[in-house]
Amino acid sequence: MIRLTLRQLRTEAALVCALLALLAIVLVITGIHLEQVGHAFETTCHATATCGTAADPVLALDQGLQTMVPGLALVAPLLLGLFVAAPLIGRELETGTFRLAWTQSVTRGRWLAVKLGLVGLGSVAASALLTWLLDWWQGPLDTANRNRFDPLVFSFHGVVPVGYAAFAFALGLAAGVLLRRTVAAIALTLLGFVVARIAVTSWLRPRLAAPLHGSLSFLAAHPTLEVQAPGNAFGLAPPAVNIPDAWIYSTAVVDRAGYTPTPAYLLHACPALRTILDQGPASVPPTAVHACIQRLSTTFHTLVTYQPAARFWPFQWAETGIFVAAALVLCAAACWWLRRRYG
Amino acid sequence: MTSAVLEASGLGKRYGRKWALSECTLSIPAGKVVGLVGPNGAGKTTLLNLAVGLLRPSAGSISVLGGRPGSTARQLARVGFVAQDVPTYAGMSVRDHLRLGGWMNPGWDAELARDRVERLRLDPRQRAGQLSVGQRAQLALILAVAKRPQLLVLDEPVASLDPLARREFLQGLMEAVAEQRTSVILSSHLVADLERVCEYLILLVNSRVQLSGDIDHLLATHHRLTGPRRGRQTLPGDQQVIGESHTERQSTFVVRTEGPVLDPAWSVEQLDLEDLVLAYMRRAVEERRRPALELRS
Amino acid sequence: MIEFHLDSRSGVAPYQQVVQQVRHALRLGLLEVGDQLPTVKEVVATLAINPNTVLKAYRELEHLGLVAARPGIGVFVAKTLTDESLVAHAALRQGLGRWLAEARRAGLDEESIEALFRDVVRASSREGVA
Repeated sequence: MIRLTLRQLRTEAALVCALLALLAIVLVITGIHLEQVGHAFETTCHATATCGTAADPVLALDQGLQTMVPGLALVAPLLLGLFVAAPLIGRELETGTFRLAWTQSVTRGRWLAVKLGLVGLGSVAASALLTWLLDWWQGPLDTANRNRFDPLVFSFHGVVPVGYAAFAFALGLAAGVLLRRTVAAIALTLLGFVVARIAVTSWLRPRLAAPLHGSLSFLAAHPTLEVQAPGNAFGLAPPAVNIPDAWIYSTAVVDRAGYTPTPAYLLHACPALRTILDQGPASVPPTAVHACIQRLSTTFHTLVTYQPAARFWPFQWAETGIFVAAALVLCAAACWWLRRRYG
Repeated sequence: MTSAVLEASGLGKRYGRKWALSECTLSIPAGKVVGLVGPNGAGKTTLLNLAVGLLRPSAGSISVLGGRPGSTARQLARVGFVAQDVPTYAGMSVRDHLRLGGWMNPGWDAELARDRVERLRLDPRQRAGQLSVGQRAQLALILAVAKRPQLLVLDEPVASLDPLARREFLQGLMEAVAEQRTSVILSSHLVADLERVCEYLILLVNSRVQLSGDIDHLLATHHRLTGPRRGRQTLPGDQQVIGESHTERQSTFVVRTEGPVLDPAWSVEQLDLEDLVLAYMRRAVEERRRPALELRS
Repeated sequence: MIEFHLDSRSGVAPYQQVVQQVRHALRLGLLEVGDQLPTVKEVVATLAINPNTVLKAYRELEHLGLVAARPGIGVFVAKTLTDESLVAHAALRQGLGRWLAEARRAGLDEESIEALFRDVVRASSREGVA
């Protein structure tokens, strides 16, 4: 039974192995170089105390790969679901070969267990290998960017890609069993996977844990007064806040009670604003603006809503758990449906 | 020889609200080549799929060779199956299919399989998808036979074959029976296919067994009587009327009787199997007041 | 060795056709004592018929004392049907030929001749029964 399954997926398995090998060669060669450049930069920046400000030269290397690798990491699990999992049982049902397979001297339970176990675990293992490789390759870039927790970047780091792979596999399998048409199953898998990923990334993930709030004096980060024409609406633009490897939801300027300054209050506190509104920014000397901001900083501060870097791994495990659980549910549903339909 | 190879009691299979087979009770003797005939939709395929464990009954029970179909690997090994439209893996070669048979069946007879492939001049490297329908049917038969089952179940195996391929398929099947003494259940809606190869006939119409028995015995005990017009009540009590038709002057009866027909007024003719089956099908259809069904495809 | 053939439209059971063909061959002298009949597998492979049909036919022939089975070797002819009747064949054939010519002169076509012949055979065998 195991040999039959391997024989049936000979082409796919060979393709996956070849691609992984090719990718590994490319990534190892470029990755070693990246690591050396990153390491050299770190040594010099520590010596000159410019680590926070100087541009890390690794970001300028392998630009093509830097854009391709995240794409690959995002698409790989999907491809697995579409072209391995969806036809795995779906095609057997579509072409009727299940009648051949199920009447050999191998029980259906074993047949299903081998298909699920061997191909499912194989797929997950391949995706784990890929993820690990990509993660290692991106190491120097992550050190430079310090944005691992960024919603998009988060999705191709750590263990979540393995969860996505398990989910895509189970989704393809279940779609094949349910629809009994390979092409339709592929379409449903594509749709389901994209919807699930978007829903989790944009809705569920921010709600996994209550974010932390941090107060910063907004003097620290060069705040600006921003006038938004038309309509002469204006406000105090929150300064850009950089917390390394944290996931920042939002930043806002508020007073102690949590209120943002109203335009009327700003005009009252900063008469210079009136001049700016009437005659343009050039009409007021920068010192006047600065004095005004200084005045405001006694009442207002910057409020940052964020997930700290330390929560990266708990978030990784939680999201992986969600996708793996969904995968298990889908596999169980596929087995149940198969049993219900074919006795 | 006397034990049953398949026994069904009140057997039914439902898809949603529609019953594909209902209240089916029958017993198929072992050691015989049994023909299962009936119009399309009579429940033949459903019955055979239940017999090999591809389906589980919604009602009643079925036992094959004394076991529950498809329940264990051992039970699966004892039953060979050639499904309708003979599914094979299109992308896999003939040789791959034989390997598959070896991998998945402990009792696989590799020599027999190889020998048959050679005799049929199948190219082992050819993909199953490129074989002719007849060759594919032969390949499916080889897979079913080489696992050396005690019972072979074939669902309309020759329906889609041309006459030559049909003859060759049946030759292959009968050789397997001669070699292995396998019991066979073969379904077909073409009586002519069954006449040569089957010794036992079961006629299924609307899930019900209308007729079953040794074909020689059935042929010997059914007669067509033609003579001057008269009613069915004038026939002796041991003559069971299966069908009748009348013109102004003439009456024709199909009767079943164990004894000889002695009335000299009758011209007595033997029925062939097809006429016999048609007579029972017509009776079953008239009982349900349904339009006549075609026996020939 | 003889070869069997089957007529699926004859209405005669296949095993009886095999029996009849053996008897026919014996009667015509095509088979003689000691000749081997085709094995069951050979018959099955050429005719695509049920092996039990062949076995049944051979059993019946054995029962009639016409053949004898030697286990593991095959089935052999034990007795012929040619005896005295074959001698009479030539004269009977001549007489029938004359009768046929007469029937044709009387205007009967092939079909009427066969129908008449069958009718007379049936009637005389019925008299024999009664």
